[in-house]
Amino acid sequence: MKWLLIGIIVASTTVGEVLQAAGMRRHGEIRDFRPGAIGRALTVLARNRFVIAAVAAMAVSFFAYLGLLTIADLSFAVPATAVTYVLETVLAKYVLKEHVNWLRWVGASLVICGVALVSL
Amino acid sequence: MTHEHARLRLKTWSFAVVVVFSNVFGNFFLKRGMPPALATPLAYITVLFHPWVALGVLLMIVWMLSRMALLSWADLSYVLPVTAVGYVLVAILGKVLLNEQITMQRWAGIGLIVAGVALVSGGSAPQTAHPGTETAGPGQ
Repeated sequence: MKWLLIGIIVASTTVGEVLQAAGMRRHGEIRDFRPGAIGRALTVLARNRFVIAAVAAMAVSFFAYLGLLTIADLSFAVPATAVTYVLETVLAKYVLKEHVNWLRWVGASLVICGVALVSL
Repeated sequence: MTHEHARLRLKTWSFAVVVVFSNVFGNFFLKRGMPPALATPLAYITVLFHPWVALGVLLMIVWMLSRMALLSWADLSYVLPVTAVGYVLVAILGKVLLNEQITMQRWAGIGLIVAGVALVSGGSAPQTAHPGTETAGPGQ
């Protein structure tokens, strides 16, 4: 049960966050933070297919995470889900076409090792 | 260009702070409010009305919206490692608020995360793939 939940969390988080980044990239930089402008941006984003799919995937991830917290400690849940960093960085390069230079690869690798050390 | 660069960097840092703090405190309140077990599907819904869980959920909504705004201009491969500084904050809050021990192993992990965040944030601009050219692939 624990590993099934981890699998669901990792898959839905990765898909959700990559879709979220793709949707927001398509929307373009948000520059106006007055309440009315934020409301208009949310209205536009609510019709963005990438964002809708991202919210659905992240809702799955959220409820699976709630379920995991009831049967496992944070010290198990956090490092087990840190694998999403690797998957998302790879997808950022190949799907989102970001320039992942070597500093970002090294930085992401250090972060993954660090997360494992902090939470194990 | 340099002015634009500085503007984007300041904006990125401001939002990264909001993203990190809302996530750390959101998780903290969620964990605090969660009951030992969620027996039925209905329990997953009713637990959302528990005060600590509701506060946690509210902060997670702030987290999601601020992260969406951040991703509207910054790369995912930049946002991911930089916001990982939250793990460091969790360890420090645990020590300050809950009197938890920070072992050598945890200090080593904190050091690695800080080094990773410094490399990514110092070694590249927040944005490499330019908006508006989504079909043409990466800019620059």
